[in-house]
Amino acid sequence: MTGRPRTSGSVQVKGEVLSVRRVGDYYSITLVAPGIAERTAPGHFVALAVGGPRSSMLLRRSFSIYRVSDRGIYGGTVEIILSVHGAGTDWLAALRPHDPVDVVGPLGRPFPLPKHPVRAVLVGGGYGSAPLFSLAEALRARGCRVDFVLGAATESRLFGALDAKRIAATVTVTTDDGSAGRRGWVSDVLPEVMERADSDVVYACGPMAMLASVTEIAQQRGAVAQCAVEEAMACGIGVCMTCVLPVVGDDGLTRMVRSCTDGPVFDGSQVRWSDVGTVPPDTVGAPAAAGADGDSGRGQS
Amino acid sequence: MTDFTVVRPAPRAPLPKPNVDLSTTLAGLHLPAPVLTASGCAAAGRELHQFFDVAELGGIVTKSVMLNPRSGRATPRMAETPSGMLNSIGLQGPGIDAFLEHDLPWLVEHGARAVVSIAGGSVDEYAELAARVAAAPGVAAVEVNISCPNVANRGLVFACDPAAASDVVAAVRPHLDGIPLLAKLSPDVTDIVSIARSVVEAGADGLAMINTLLGMVIDVERRRPALAGLTGGLSGPAIRPVAVRCIWQVHAALPEVPILGMGGIRTGRDALELVMAGASAVSVGTATFGDPVAPLRVQEELAVELERLGYSSFRDAIGVAHHS
Repeated sequence: MTGRPRTSGSVQVKGEVLSVRRVGDYYSITLVAPGIAERTAPGHFVALAVGGPRSSMLLRRSFSIYRVSDRGIYGGTVEIILSVHGAGTDWLAALRPHDPVDVVGPLGRPFPLPKHPVRAVLVGGGYGSAPLFSLAEALRARGCRVDFVLGAATESRLFGALDAKRIAATVTVTTDDGSAGRRGWVSDVLPEVMERADSDVVYACGPMAMLASVTEIAQQRGAVAQCAVEEAMACGIGVCMTCVLPVVGDDGLTRMVRSCTDGPVFDGSQVRWSDVGTVPPDTVGAPAAAGADGDSGRGQS
Repeated sequence: MTDFTVVRPAPRAPLPKPNVDLSTTLAGLHLPAPVLTASGCAAAGRELHQFFDVAELGGIVTKSVMLNPRSGRATPRMAETPSGMLNSIGLQGPGIDAFLEHDLPWLVEHGARAVVSIAGGSVDEYAELAARVAAAPGVAAVEVNISCPNVANRGLVFACDPAAASDVVAAVRPHLDGIPLLAKLSPDVTDIVSIARSVVEAGADGLAMINTLLGMVIDVERRRPALAGLTGGLSGPAIRPVAVRCIWQVHAALPEVPILGMGGIRTGRDALELVMAGASAVSVGTATFGDPVAPLRVQEELAVELERLGYSSFRDAIGVAHHS
């Protein structure tokens, strides 16, 4: 295969499954994928092909990277956490050691790290917490204080509470049904956590509604919120234009930006959370008026 | 815990490169290799260049550019279907100014043969775009995307009407003096040959075919269409037989008109099918989402297939299915 020398940020690797484990309601999959681990920073994701090379499933499935290891006898490994909700994730959860998996990564813009020590609170919703643990390690290595808030619908849908306890100053857990930690949402406890810890930055990963609330809470304190969004992706590399959301740029103008290349981490204050799923009328290049472009679903490349 | 021993296969000597001349001519444009990216599936080349050298392909067909910046449609914009997908992107793009300033020069600098796809909402818009593109250095050809609604005519798609398609091509033609003009045809018509004739008579140097088919997915959990735009364009291997049929019909009726064939190509064998039906070159699109190196891989596989079937030159395979 004629390819390019691997000098750029993302690579395509014919990887191999090392292990698949159940973790609560989720699966943890560790892949041998040399070339990716050493390029990975907290917040990066990988895009996996599913079903095999002749599969009827053409689109990649993207997952935040939970952990990497670039040492050891297996060479570089990448671990992801997945929740089964369709045919593609179903296929991945059924994989066994040595099964081949085509991996593209690391992708996206990772969490920006502070130049000076900060007081950071890390908020994870469900398995969205996966990328926050390597972030916590990176922050601790820079002398930052780290507090964790982890929330989920129920105990079996929490992820990483033990990881968090090993590394954070405090860990606050919430479940919608009260089966673990405090009954309620992460947004219920976040203000008091930030107050106690005097947090000046929030890093969050989870459902859109959670990220919107977290951003609002952070803004009320004058803190920055760095949010990793999860938008449906087909390619993960920036060519299909399906993973967009409305984001305000430095020039104050709103554009539909790709969460795979310009994200998935965004400054929460720049994301128009309540407009996700629409094209706000003031977006650059928005249709002039309803029906002006012949809203028939045509107009395709 | 299972004792895990990693066994790696012994490294093989690299396979010898097939001894096949892959060069071809498309509407007067000489291409060193016959595979291009399909419009809308490769942006303007930068993203794919991380995975392979864009200069190694026959060319890069860029995402359709319009006069003004375009936001595109609301999400969800895509749905996976069996061996395919629906897209309802809505021609999101930066507009011609930004394209000519940032995107085209990058392609030219990197040695790619740039085929610029233009899209408009009116005949005048297409003409103005053509003039702007023709003035830019390094354009190898222009692909005219007429699968757009005509805002001056109730939003009816240009490509679905021979007269409207002809009007666009006729308006674009004088601005593209010396630049190959490819008209991109939609399969969602009663008689694609009549559309093909019409655009050729209006001055198209060649035809790019096929564009997507209009389709829909219903989300049964939510009890409503899966796409925010309701309908979307179906692409991928599921449509390949439609592409082959359209290319066959047009090549049979207009054997002198060069065709850039596309629609569901995933492997070299798939590409060869479209070539044997009459395509002088092929584009690979949707396959790139699942495999970023698909266009280059297809090109390499095509060489292997040609050699296996006894061809020493790609050109010898063009349209052979009509000769048997």
